[in-house]
Amino acid sequence: MLELRAVCAGYGTFQALFDVSLDVKAGEAVGVIGPNGAGKTTLMRAISGLIRPTSGSIRLEGTDLAATPSHRIVELGIAHVPESRRLFPRMTVEDNLRMGGFAPAARPKFRQQLDVVYELFPRLRERHRQLAGSMSGGEQQMCAIGRALMSAPRLLLLDEPSAGLAPVLVEQVFDLVKRIRAGGLTVLIVEQNVQQVLRVVNRAYLLKAGSIRATGSAAELLATDTIREAYLGV
Amino acid sequence: MRRAHPWIGGAALVALPFVYRSPYPLHILVIILIWSFAYTSWSVMGRFGLVSLGHGGFMGIGAYVTALAWNYGHVSPWLGVPLALVAGMVLAAVVAYPCFRFRITGHYFALVTLALSGIVLQVITATRDYTGGSLGYTPERYHGGSSLWALQFSEKTTWYLIALAVWAGGLYVWYRVDRSMLRYALEAISEDEDAAAATGIHVTAEKLKITVLSAGMTALAGALYCQYQMFISPDTVSGISVSLQMVFAVVVGGIYVSLGPTIGAVITILLAEVLRISFGTRAVGWDNLVYGVLLVLFIVFLPKGIVGSLLDLRRRVGWSSS
Amino acid sequence: MNPLAVFDIFLLEALLSGVLLGGVLALLSLGLNLVFGVIDVVWICYAELIMLGMYGMYYLYTVYHAPIWVAAVACIVSVGILGVLLHVLVIAPLLGAAPINQLLATGGVLFFLQSAATVLFGIEFKNLGLRLPVLKVGGMFVSYSRLLAFAAALIGMVLVYLWLTRTYTGTAIRAIHPFVGLSFGPITFLICVLGSLGNFVGGFVAAFVFAEIISVGGLYLDLEWGYVFAFAFFIVMMFIRPQGLMARRS
Repeated sequence: MLELRAVCAGYGTFQALFDVSLDVKAGEAVGVIGPNGAGKTTLMRAISGLIRPTSGSIRLEGTDLAATPSHRIVELGIAHVPESRRLFPRMTVEDNLRMGGFAPAARPKFRQQLDVVYELFPRLRERHRQLAGSMSGGEQQMCAIGRALMSAPRLLLLDEPSAGLAPVLVEQVFDLVKRIRAGGLTVLIVEQNVQQVLRVVNRAYLLKAGSIRATGSAAELLATDTIREAYLGV
Repeated sequence: MRRAHPWIGGAALVALPFVYRSPYPLHILVIILIWSFAYTSWSVMGRFGLVSLGHGGFMGIGAYVTALAWNYGHVSPWLGVPLALVAGMVLAAVVAYPCFRFRITGHYFALVTLALSGIVLQVITATRDYTGGSLGYTPERYHGGSSLWALQFSEKTTWYLIALAVWAGGLYVWYRVDRSMLRYALEAISEDEDAAAATGIHVTAEKLKITVLSAGMTALAGALYCQYQMFISPDTVSGISVSLQMVFAVVVGGIYVSLGPTIGAVITILLAEVLRISFGTRAVGWDNLVYGVLLVLFIVFLPKGIVGSLLDLRRRVGWSSS
Repeated sequence: MNPLAVFDIFLLEALLSGVLLGGVLALLSLGLNLVFGVIDVVWICYAELIMLGMYGMYYLYTVYHAPIWVAAVACIVSVGILGVLLHVLVIAPLLGAAPINQLLATGGVLFFLQSAATVLFGIEFKNLGLRLPVLKVGGMFVSYSRLLAFAAALIGMVLVYLWLTRTYTGTAIRAIHPFVGLSFGPITFLICVLGSLGNFVGGFVAAFVFAEIISVGGLYLDLEWGYVFAFAFFIVMMFIRPQGLMARRS
C-alpha cells in the first residue's frame, strides 16, 4: 500500500533521513521504533507531505506522494496524528473533529463519521463541547486520533502516541490503537516506547540516526539484541 | 435568540435621514458608516490572527483607481469601482500568495504588508503628475449636480443610504464567513498551522481566500470614500497610518465580534470630532493624544475590546444570577 | 580636471550619501534591534522616543542655551528614563499577551507621543541651529550631520557589543542625532527584520543596503521611488530568503 524507496529528507541543510526504504501492506500495523532524534517525526512528516523529501520516492498505491500537496494526501486516504497531538486548544472537541473532516470529499460524511468516532471513543461524545486544550493528556490523544479518523482514512500515521503521557495512560492509548486496528485500518506508528508498540504491530523497523538498521516481526525484534544495542549505543 | 433586533435596528437606521436631516450629523454618520465598513473589512481577516498593515494600501488603490479611471478614461464608477476592487484584490493576491506559501506569519506578515502600504503611498506621491501627489486629488464633477451615471450625489441622504447598504453588506459578509467552513479552517490555522495542514486543510488557499475577500472589501471602502468626499489624498486613504488606524479602531471596538469594528469607528470618529470641536484650532494633536492614551489603556485592560468585554461581562453576570 | 569625473559624479554622490544615510538608519535600528532581541517586543513607538530626545535638544540648546554636551547628556538620560517608564507602564503588563497586543500598545504610545509633541511643540519644524558645515569632497557635497551619525553608528556598534545587556543605552545613543524631517519609524523596523532580528551585524548591513537603494533610486527618479524600491526590496527579500528569518521564529 505505502512504499518508500531510498527517501532522504531534512530541514534546510540538516539531513534527518538517509535512504529510508519501507513498506506497509494493506491491513497491516507497522511500527517504526528508534531513540530520540532518530528521524521518526521527519519520516512521518515526509509521508504526509508536510516536508518534501530531497530524493527518493514515496508512493501510495502507485501515486507519487512526494509531488502531492499535504491536503491532497489527506484526500488520498492518509491521516496523520502529529507528535504531541497538536490539537486546536481553543476550539471545542467537536470542532477539532470537524477539522479532521475538512476535505471536501469528507464533508458530506461528517455526521456519519462523527458517529463512528464517538462510537469508538464515547468519552469524546461526553466532552464534545469542551475546549480541547482543557482536557487531560489521554483525552487529548483520543481527540487527536479521532480527528484523524474523521477523514475516513485508509492509512493512519501515529507519531509518538505515548509521548508525554503517564504510564497508565500509555497502556490506554495502545488499547485504543488496538481497537482501531480491529476495524481493519492500516496503521503506521512511530514510537520510542518499544515494549508497548511491539504489542500492537505486526512488523517493525528500527530507525537510528536517520537510517533503517533492522526490520522484522515484533517477536523477532524482541528476541534479538539489535534494539538494546540501538538504544544503548553499544 | 434576538432575531428581531437587527431588523428593528436596521429599519430605524434607514428611516433616520427622513426624520432627521441636519446635514452635519448626517455627514458624520456617513463617514462613520464608510469607515465602519472599512474596519469590518479588515477584521474579516484580522480576527484570524492575520494582522495586515497593508489595508491602507488596498483602500488607497480603491480610491485612486476609481478617481483616475473617471478623470482620465471617463469610465463611470459603475465600471471603475469594480475595476478598483479587482486591482485591490490582485495586489493582495500578488503579495499574500508568496507570504502564505513561504509561511510568513505573525509579525513578519504584518511587516511585509506594512511595506506594501508604504509602497502604495509612495507611488501615489511619486506619480504626482497624474495623482496630484500629497496635495490630493479630486474626481471631476459631472455637470455640476447629481448623476447616477457618475455616482455623484449632492443629497446627503442618498449617500447615507448607500453607505448604510454597503455597511450592512459588510456585516452580512462577516456573518457568512462566521458561519462557513472557512472560518473553522482559519481558526485552526491560526492556532496551529502545521496541525491544520496535517488534517487536510489547504493552508495557503484558505488564507488567500480571506485575504483577497478582505482586500476587495477594503478597496470598495476606498472607492466609496472617494465618491462621497470627492477629494482624496494619500494620507487620508492610504499608507501606513491609515492601516494602523484600522487596526486600532478594530481593537478598541472588539476584534472577535461582528459589531466591534463599527463600535470602534463610532468611538474613534466621534472622539476625534468632539475633541476637534471643543478644542477648536488649538486642538491640533489633542485628539490623537487622548486617542493614544485610550488605546494603550484598552489594550492593557480590555484586550477583547469594548463589545467583547461587554459580552463577557454579560455572560458572567448571567451565570451568577442563574 | 577632476579625476572623479570619469564616473558619474552624481551617482557617486548618491552612493556616498546612501552610505551616510545608512549610518543614520543603522543607528536608529540598533536600539530597536536591542529591544527586539532582548525582550522580544516590537516597539512601534520607537522613533518617537528619539524625536522627543531631539526636541529636548532643541529646547535645552537653542532656547535655553545650555552647553551642547550638557544638553546631550540630559536628553540621553531623560529618554532613557522615558524608555524605562514606558517599559514598566505599558510593556511589562503585556509581556505575556499576544504579540499583536504588544505591537498595538506601543502603537498607542506612538499616537500619544506624536500628538503630545504636536501639542507641546507645534507642528512647524524646529531647527537646532547647530549649523554643521557641508563638506565638499572632490566636487561632491557631503552632509556633516550625516557623517556625524555615521560615526555615531560605528561607535554605537562597539558600545552595544560592550553593553549588550543595557537595553536603553542604545536608545539613548541615538537621541543625540538632530535629524528632523523624515520619519524613519517603519523603515527602521524593516531593517531590523531584514537583518534578522537581534542580529546586530545583519541589521547594520541591511541598513546600508536599504539606504543605498533609497539614495540611488532617488537619484534616477524621485526620492519617493527610492522608498518604493526599498519597500519592494524588503518584500522580495522576505520571500526569497525566509530561512534567515525563520531561524528567529519559535
